[in-house]
Parts: sequence; structure tokens; C-alpha cells
Amino acid sequence: MPLTMAEVAPGVFMRRGVDEDVSVANDDAIANIGFIVGREAVAVTDAGGSLNDGRRLHASIRRVTQLPIRYVLMSHVHPDHVFGAGAFSADHPTYVGHAALPGALAARWEYYRVRTEAILGRDSVGPMVTPTMLVKDRAQIDLGGRIVELTAHGTAHTDCDLSAFDRRSATLIAADLLFVRRAPSLDGSLKGWLKELTLLKSIPAKRAVPGHGPTSVNWPDGSQDLERYLGVLLRETRAAIKKGVEIDAAAKTVGLSERSRWLLFDDYNGHNVLQAFKELEWE
Amino acid sequence: MGVTRSLLAALMMGSLAALAPPRAHGGDDSAAIMQQHAAEDAAERAARWKSLQQAVFGARQMQDGSGVIQIDAPEHALDAALVPVTLTVKPGTPVKGVYLVIDNNPSPVAGHFTFGPRADPRVLKMRVRVNQYTFIHAVAEASDGRLYVSQQFVKTSGGCSAPVGPDNSQALQDVGLMKLHLLGPFQAGKPVQAQLMIRHPNFNGMQMDLITRAYTPARFIRTIDASYDGAAVFHLDSDISLSTDPVITFGFVPDKRGTMSLIVRDSDNALFNHSFDVPAG
Repeated sequence: MPLTMAEVAPGVFMRRGVDEDVSVANDDAIANIGFIVGREAVAVTDAGGSLNDGRRLHASIRRVTQLPIRYVLMSHVHPDHVFGAGAFSADHPTYVGHAALPGALAARWEYYRVRTEAILGRDSVGPMVTPTMLVKDRAQIDLGGRIVELTAHGTAHTDCDLSAFDRRSATLIAADLLFVRRAPSLDGSLKGWLKELTLLKSIPAKRAVPGHGPTSVNWPDGSQDLERYLGVLLRETRAAIKKGVEIDAAAKTVGLSERSRWLLFDDYNGHNVLQAFKELEWE
Repeated sequence: MGVTRSLLAALMMGSLAALAPPRAHGGDDSAAIMQQHAAEDAAERAARWKSLQQAVFGARQMQDGSGVIQIDAPEHALDAALVPVTLTVKPGTPVKGVYLVIDNNPSPVAGHFTFGPRADPRVLKMRVRVNQYTFIHAVAEASDGRLYVSQQFVKTSGGCSAPVGPDNSQALQDVGLMKLHLLGPFQAGKPVQAQLMIRHPNFNGMQMDLITRAYTPARFIRTIDASYDGAAVFHLDSDISLSTDPVITFGFVPDKRGTMSLIVRDSDNALFNHSFDVPAG
């Protein structure tokens, strides 16, 4: 059963992930995933949160085109973006990731797999898929008259974030460097994320595809909520550290002015504060 | 401690099979996992503590610690790999040491503080990993040798196998770096709280590297010695349960302006020394 895809720009198809955490009911189809169709080939970005999620994406691609699936982009290490990768192995695509992704996958795949399969059942994830095309700084892939620019970012949402820019449609596939409406999750560096957002805003994109939230937002306007949230997190965590507030007490008080603006806020904000605190207390 | 530690690790290995809740992004407990945790009933938990008590303290009697030592930890911790624990020693009973025991961790004795003449033992704080739902016990050893115990239940899990960072190999970059700051004003002769931060991954040997198909070898802080102008503040025997980049808050009584010296030794026998002026600057 194929997914419901939105064609956010000509030849760019995205599936809206649900604003939930992984569950049996959602098969970990919680991230925005999709594909870009060129004249000669297809690039997947991302593959989805489980083998089933990936298989459905595969079926959705085949409803649109029979062109070969030549690339599968892996935007970062989190399971909701990479656990569908194995569903494309029969196509023998080039798996593409940040240069730091293989190490991150090696450290985390098993940890995430055990936890995801505890919920979704055995073989819902499959063996680790490692990218073979590694991006250190910038790279391009050509889908046939359609160049997609890839950027390996400094530590931000995670330490292995890869964004993709489709020149022809001026569409930025930001993946989890951009959260809209769903509470962001910080697993890299708060200061680094703000820095990479500034860089992303300079990309001449008309629209961006967030990793979570609507499948398309105007760019760079669509970054405002995330920047504001990260700014609040930075200022208030720093202030808490300066005042000598304990890390657990800070997790209960920092960022609360943002509470009504984000879905799943209570599930993520406290943890984000812990991450920010650990980073900023060494300043 | 060495024998005790490996004995206890062997005893507890069975408990590792229990699964932890997902933290795909942040995540919540799933129903299946909640049931697994509930399966260990009160009697089993009591039996576990009894056998631990036997292994660590032998036949020594233990008394109710409610008037002597208080243990505070979040009942539902946000991050199983970073659970803040506060141990408060109440006035009235002089203590010479404090143990923190995390019953269901693979190596349950998380830390044993022994206080020196410059210590103010009233408040100790640290951050620990919690592998699964567990009782944590604080045992105070009074100056007369009596033992007093308090306990709290903590609902969180997965902290021991949680990856240290996205890439474990980067975790050793700044190893041994330390910071110390006073949490109150310096006054000669008056007790003051200090926070010690140490860069150390505290690898517990349970973080998997899938490329090498091996677990990152354990490398963790074994001892910390703090002294002020040569007089001991505390000695800590610690273990794999301390969080990555340990942060420890402790009290001491500086008789005058002086120097706080820290000696940290890890399981690879690496030695890290730092001295800090008190007050700073």
C-alpha cells in the first residue's frame, strides 16, 4: 500500500510523518520522507523509520516512475530516518551520508534496533545499512538534468546532519535540521545548530522540507520558530547555569514560554535542556 | 572492591536482558516494556537488596537511615544516562563515609565517598546511569561504624547501554580536563559547596560499536581524591555508573585561602591532576 505523497515542487514528492513517537499503530512513519525524480534516476530522501515504512515508500515511487533508484540519502543517524534503508537494497542504490554517519550508525544502530523492534516486532528494522558515498563538506548527485547539492553540516541536530538542495525546484531538503510545529530534539550541539541554521538560510531556496511538521514551508521564513526556540534554550540555559541552578531543576523551568507553540513539547524540551546544559556548562 | 565488583557484576548480568524503553528521539515507555519492569515484584527487589547488602557490607547490621541520610532523585528521570542524585547527611550523627548503590545496575556500587578532615559531608550530588527500574540506596557510615540506610525508587532505563555520543571515538578528545567552582561565597573557616566537572567518557563496556562488532572497552574513573592544602576532603571509589563527563558537588571547609588538588585515576591507570586556587583568581 503506497503512501500519500505531496508533490511539494515538480518532481519532489514528500510524505508527511505523523506527529507522534514510534508505535505499533504508526510503524515509525513519523518523519517526512520522500524522493526526487530526475530524467534518468530517482533519489530517496529519507528512507523511513522501519522496513515497512521504506517498502511503502518504494511502492509510492513505483506509482510515479519506473526510473532506477540510484541514491538513498541518509540525512542523519536517527532511526525514524534510516531504518527504512534496507527496503531499497534490491535496487542496489548508492547510500549517501555525512562522513561521520558510519561511526554514528556503528555506535547506535544496535541500540536503536533493539528498542524499535521491542515495539514493532522482530525484523521490522533489519541489519545495519552503511552509506558508501560519504560527504565531508559538499558533494553533488546528478539524477539526469537534475543536480542535487549535498552539504555535510557541523554538529547541529546531530553530529552527522546532511542536507540536500534541489537546484531545479529551489527546494531545500533540510531533514531534521528543521523542525516545524513538532518539538525539536537536540542530540548534537545547540550552538552548532544555530550556526548551521544561519548557513542554511543563505541557501537560495524558495521552500524547505522539514524533517518533522508540514512537508513544505517557505524559506527562509520557515526557520523562524526553530531559531526562536533554540535561542530561548540558549539564553535560559546559560542563565540557569550562571545562577547555579541544578541540571534537573533547569530541565523543569527552561523554555516553558515555548510550551504552547510545539506539539510533543513535554516529551522533548526537558531532554533538550539537559543536552544544552551539558554543552553550555563547559563554557 | 575489585573482587566485590566482579562478583556483583556476575550476579547482576542476568538483569541485562531486560529491555529499555525507546529513545528513538526522546520517546516514552512502551506498554510491553512497562510490563516487563512491573514483573519484578517487591519481594524480588527486597531479596536483591538483601544479597547486595550481604556482598558489600557482609554481616554488618543496618539501621533505618531516615534521621541520618536522605536520598533524592527524580522518580521519572528524563535521561537514564544522566540521573541527578543528591545525598543529604542530616545534622546530629557524624559520618565518615557514604555509599550510593543502584541495585539493578550491572555493577551496583556506584560510589563510596570517604570524608577527610576538610570535608563538609552534608550535601553530595552526582549524575549516574540507571540501567532499569530500580531501588537506589544511600548508606551512611557513622563515625562510630554504624550503618544507616535510606532508599528511593527510580523509574528510568537504558542508561548503561546508551551511546556516549554519536561517535564514541571522539569521546576521549578532552579526557581529564577539569573545572571547579564554588557555589557560594568564600569565607575562611566557613563551609562552602563546590562543583567539580571532569571530562571523561566513563565508558562502561556496554556501548556497542557495530563496525568492529565489539563493545567499546570499559574505561571509567576508579578513584577521585580531593584535598585542600594537603588535608583530605574526600576519597571516592567510583564505578561504571557515573555519567559521561562526571559532575560532582561536594562541601568542604577552607580554613584560609588555599589550593584544592584533585587526583583522578581511571581504569586504564591514567592519572589526571589538577589544582585550583580557592577562591579562584
